[in-house]
Amino acid sequence: MSAPLGRIAQCVGVLVAGALLSGQVSANPRIEHWQTDNGARVYFVAAPEIPMLDVRVVFAGGSARDGDKPGLGRLTNELLTEGAGERDADAFNTALGATGARLSNGALRDMAYVELRTLVDPEYAGPALGLLQDALAAPRFDDAALERVKARTLIALKHKQQSPDAIAEETFYANLYPDHPYGTPPEGTPQSVAAISRKDVATFHERYYVAANAVIAIVGAIDRPHAERIAAELAGALPKGTAAPPLPEVAAGSAHEERVEFPSIQSHVRVGLPGMTRGDPDYFPLLVGNHALGGNSLVSILFREIRGKRGLSYSAYSYFVPMDQAGPFVAALQTDRSQEDEAMRVLRATIDDFVKNGPPPADLEAAKQNLIGGFPLRIDSNDKITDYIAMIGFYGLPLDYLETFAGKVAAVTPEAVQDAFARRVAPDRLVTVIVGRSEADGDG
Amino acid sequence: MSRSSLLACCLALLTPLVPLAHAADADRTHEYTLDNGLALIVQEDHRAPTAVVQIWYRVGGAYEHDGITGVSHALEHMMFKETESLATGEFSKIVAARGGRENAFTGTDYTAYFQQWSADNVEESFRLEAERMHRLVISDEEFDKEINVVLEERRLRTDDNPQALAMEAAQAVAYQTSPYRQPIIGWEADIEQMTAADLRAWYRRWYVPNNATVVVVGDVDPEAVLALARKHFGPIPARDIVPPKARPEVPQRGTKRVEFGSDKARIPFMVMGFKVPVLTTARAGGEVEEWEIYALDVLAETLDGDASARLPRSLVRGRELASHIDAGFSATSMLPTLFYFSAVPREGVSLAELEQAILAEIDALKQEPPSSEELARIKTQVVAETVFERDSMQHQATIIGSLESVGLDWRLKDDYVDKIRAVTREQVRQVAMKYFTPDTLTVAYLEPEVAP
Repeated sequence: MSAPLGRIAQCVGVLVAGALLSGQVSANPRIEHWQTDNGARVYFVAAPEIPMLDVRVVFAGGSARDGDKPGLGRLTNELLTEGAGERDADAFNTALGATGARLSNGALRDMAYVELRTLVDPEYAGPALGLLQDALAAPRFDDAALERVKARTLIALKHKQQSPDAIAEETFYANLYPDHPYGTPPEGTPQSVAAISRKDVATFHERYYVAANAVIAIVGAIDRPHAERIAAELAGALPKGTAAPPLPEVAAGSAHEERVEFPSIQSHVRVGLPGMTRGDPDYFPLLVGNHALGGNSLVSILFREIRGKRGLSYSAYSYFVPMDQAGPFVAALQTDRSQEDEAMRVLRATIDDFVKNGPPPADLEAAKQNLIGGFPLRIDSNDKITDYIAMIGFYGLPLDYLETFAGKVAAVTPEAVQDAFARRVAPDRLVTVIVGRSEADGDG
Repeated sequence: MSRSSLLACCLALLTPLVPLAHAADADRTHEYTLDNGLALIVQEDHRAPTAVVQIWYRVGGAYEHDGITGVSHALEHMMFKETESLATGEFSKIVAARGGRENAFTGTDYTAYFQQWSADNVEESFRLEAERMHRLVISDEEFDKEINVVLEERRLRTDDNPQALAMEAAQAVAYQTSPYRQPIIGWEADIEQMTAADLRAWYRRWYVPNNATVVVVGDVDPEAVLALARKHFGPIPARDIVPPKARPEVPQRGTKRVEFGSDKARIPFMVMGFKVPVLTTARAGGEVEEWEIYALDVLAETLDGDASARLPRSLVRGRELASHIDAGFSATSMLPTLFYFSAVPREGVSLAELEQAILAEIDALKQEPPSSEELARIKTQVVAETVFERDSMQHQATIIGSLESVGLDWRLKDDYVDKIRAVTREQVRQVAMKYFTPDTLTVAYLEPEVAP
């Protein structure tokens, strides 16, 4: 759910957290992998140092599975913790609160997940895992909860419409994926959410929250036999079912621009196209190349050209979102309406130059150094390790993904980057979305 | 809800109180002071070969006065530019080339900078931070570009964000004399009129070793870190710091209100803030006892600690008046602060109805303080959080640095569980009676408005 501003922002950072890079690691955790009897794939890392346990269960049940009911996957996921088993929402949350555990859930385009962080002490872990199991296998979908979550979603959708950045994001996906399930917003639309019934939700849950469609990631202060018992119990509560069918491929689009009128002072800009898949053969050249172009925070080319040299935007960055099918490549900035033309010119010229002439050697080298040198940071907490093994499991990446990461980054050549970008980020196919005022003057 | 999202630097400081570390922290945390007054705190964490290095300066929005608001934050931006030995951009290039991540944040009570990287880079952090502690160059040319970035940042964070505007307005109205009425990023006119000379003067005044705390958490040997700190920071001379004159908040008389419409808003939103003391108030002596602050923290958890707490139970579920509600306060602020409620009503519910419902929940606390079941839940969660928090080195360092910067002791985090456990339901009732009154309250309403 997109929560309205909850607490006052007390800190103001120098750098916006733009790049949602994910990808890599050094003193590698030992990943153990097996399947439960009914087909759930399990990934486990023993982390004995802190007496806690993280369990994340991921399903191919994100909004890409919504069909003609946008918002269904998200709504189903949100309802899992609004009453399950013997307990209604109040009783469920009271029982959870007594364990001290945190339970969170979410649904993106590819995946839907529920995750638990609990003390490893069985006095707490026992009931907490029981509640996780209920949420996964026995959600009640009470009418009152359904209506309440729908009402909350409708307000969240309105809230999104007061954020130029959120509008830009939604418009961008719609333009990149006009005939693909990635094109609809995971939260749905007011019309589609209003029409979702309890039966829709129950049917979605029955289809996708099944063992053969699940990945279970476990990290914590337990041994393998203990992890096997937890996984067997969680998966055992689910029907075996079948894995979700493959998603359709993304069709190549053509360059166009969409402008959305909004009374903001700034224009919010996104430029991009369908980029790459998680297992893409061009993954490393695109990752490393983008790190030079717009992913290496304060030293990337876009940051330097747009913010450092010209002071045009607070944030200026680019990233790929590797997904099951080609997720977006996006370059973004936001600037006062009066500077929009100049910012767009610099953004376009920077991308064009990068694609046409390849990465400047010094920038590529800096990107590789940062990715390789920064590898240990990517796995230095249980939280991050859970992220990685869940991702490896969900996308079927090899178990040695982390060990081979640095070597694959090191092997990327300037020619490989130039070649991959020329094929995958052709400037004549870039889609532009601008949210802001159409007229350059006016008081906003 | 108060116990979620402890990782972001900003939010960390807003959690109910100090999210705690483990009782054994005292054994693995080491504190030193260099001859020039620089404080160094090192916490060992050998789970991974990485470290976070933070440097905290005791300067921020609350040190500023009218006309120069935002100067601490603008200076933070300029700290990434030129020094006597480093060209513009070189600092960040060095950090990036060694695989580092870096950033900085400015609060009301401090300004902090950090690098996260392999633990063998701690010396490089010290070399770079020592350099910009006393050899920063603020050129007019770089300032002119960067101040535009700051203006864009203000537009992004505040001016184009109606809920942030409502927060800013609530603070500006709630405080009459406290510097907390000023936005950290500064008023637009102040940013526009700021000069490089303002920043140079601010830098000279505050960026000295005796006004800084260095925190290192990670796979390091504390004695070796101390030696490196002496080598790099030791030679920087101390200078006398002249603290700003105290501007205590004058007593409030009557509830304050601000109501406005925005053509950017699509949903109504409200903020309520009650003035409350903080731990530093209690430490200063006078009428406020330390237990009151911990009781306020338990009160926050009772109302909004998790999805089973009173506000989500009765206003989001139950009566279905709110779509979203949030409550809490930062007990570790430097100055007395606001205990906040922010809320979005359900469709068809007015802000006035929601305000009355929130006030009724506060009244209910005065009649019916937390039950033993509620207290047990809160205490279990506090213990669990102390364990969970250990997973993030950055978070551990942020707790230590922020406590030290506001004049509290980092060891506070080790006592926290015991202090919370000691709170009684009667104490919660007493603080509810004492601090939640019409004379401490400020309310801001934001309504969507169609443009003419």
